[in-house]
Amino acid sequence: MSTDNSLATPKRESLFSKKNRKLLKDPLSDSNPITIQVLGICSALAITVQLQQAVIMSLSVLFVMISGNVIVSLLRNLIPDRIRIIVQLVIVASLVIIVDEVLKAYQPDISEKLSVFVGLIITNCIIMGRLEAFALANKPGPSVFDAIGNGMGYAWVLLVVSIVREIFGSGAISLPGMGQVKFLPQDWFIASGGFYENNNFMILPPMALVVVGIIIWIQRSSNEALIED
Amino acid sequence: MITTFFKQTLTAVKSVFRIFDMAINKNNTGYTFLFSIIMVLIVGTALAYTSLSLKPLQKKNAADKKMVDILGAIGVTTTRENAKTDFPIYVKERLSIDSEGTVLNNSSGNVDPADSSDPFNLDVKKDYRSKKPASELSFPLYVCESDLGDKVYVIPVVGSGLWGPIWGFVALESDMNTIYGAKFDHKTETPGLGAEIKDNEFSDKFKGQKLREASPYFTIIKGGRKIEDMHSVDGITGGTITSVGVGEMIDRTISIYQRYFMSLTNSSAN
Repeated sequence: MSTDNSLATPKRESLFSKKNRKLLKDPLSDSNPITIQVLGICSALAITVQLQQAVIMSLSVLFVMISGNVIVSLLRNLIPDRIRIIVQLVIVASLVIIVDEVLKAYQPDISEKLSVFVGLIITNCIIMGRLEAFALANKPGPSVFDAIGNGMGYAWVLLVVSIVREIFGSGAISLPGMGQVKFLPQDWFIASGGFYENNNFMILPPMALVVVGIIIWIQRSSNEALIED
Repeated sequence: MITTFFKQTLTAVKSVFRIFDMAINKNNTGYTFLFSIIMVLIVGTALAYTSLSLKPLQKKNAADKKMVDILGAIGVTTTRENAKTDFPIYVKERLSIDSEGTVLNNSSGNVDPADSSDPFNLDVKKDYRSKKPASELSFPLYVCESDLGDKVYVIPVVGSGLWGPIWGFVALESDMNTIYGAKFDHKTETPGLGAEIKDNEFSDKFKGQKLREASPYFTIIKGGRKIEDMHSVDGITGGTITSVGVGEMIDRTISIYQRYFMSLTNSSAN
């Protein structure tokens, strides 16, 4: 499992070689963890009611993913094969606990809203999947790129879904440190004699699934390589 | 200069790792055990360090949150930032009583987190976990003033939900029988089901309800509650165990504070 593929090529690679760019770019579209591999979808559905939560969640996943990939990659020649899944799990679990503690100390409100979903990063299939499939067989450098690629692939879907849901569900947009900004004029709303009403259905989890479905639809129909028979 | 130093360190680290790689058989049982032991030691130290160094900040956050929740139970909305200044405006007196209803301590004004005699610093969650008999514990009571100038008693309640602890604050009007407001929270209840005890939609149902004369003082009912029933509210669909937990903690806690309220009514009757 832990054979070093990159040892075969002794010549140094540049930082943004074709291979590294592929590591970064592929998970954003062609092998996106959420829309194509359909991994880690539970948290994507649960915490995308507000942009603010999605941003913090994405940063947390990105942190756990990069650190996890680097640690496992550094230890790849030391980890005994028979307990490698346990070792990966311990590494991911401790990183997640650290993230949870830091959020509790510095972002108590958001930590409360994300509630159990920060803890559930441990079971996020994307992270364990990347550790097992990539970091265990590659050097730390490429592992960082792989982690950033997949983390961003997860993040952009979360951000898009949360922006759509917050705009149509709450008529507002929220960013960390700014709170919720309601940009629609108050007299547009039916309650004050206007014509507009927030769509409460958007706040409920099923609409997250529908929005993710629409993203998958657009992505698959615009990319030849993804069209199945 | 810095880059050469960085490169040298990197080669050094790499060579150390390479020595490991050559010298050991990774599938040896002894090595597997050794690896696990070292891993657990490192991880344990790192986590203990993180937890200890962040504890003071988390404690402060928890205290702010407690103030926000107490004020929430009497219908005052505030933020974490303003909690410290708003709290003494509404909460006039903080008492601690024993299980017989005698007042042990009281304080007022600003909360001093270091003062262990301040009833605000009593940790009811810890007391609940310790499973000590009520006679060995003391219980905090917050005497607040509503916007109309009436006395409102806020009682902290702690209990067990389905997955973990649940807690909250129940505010009683000056008759010590009518519920003025309530606010609940939880640690790990299921989002969308038991976790909804946290929402105002649930806690607002408590407003105006009355306590019974004897235990069960208050109940949460699963299905078939009569509208004219003044001593209960509807539970949450799909959150039965959490709802039952809410009812249990209110009943258990009120039965302790009842003795203090009894002594209050007796003394005012004389």
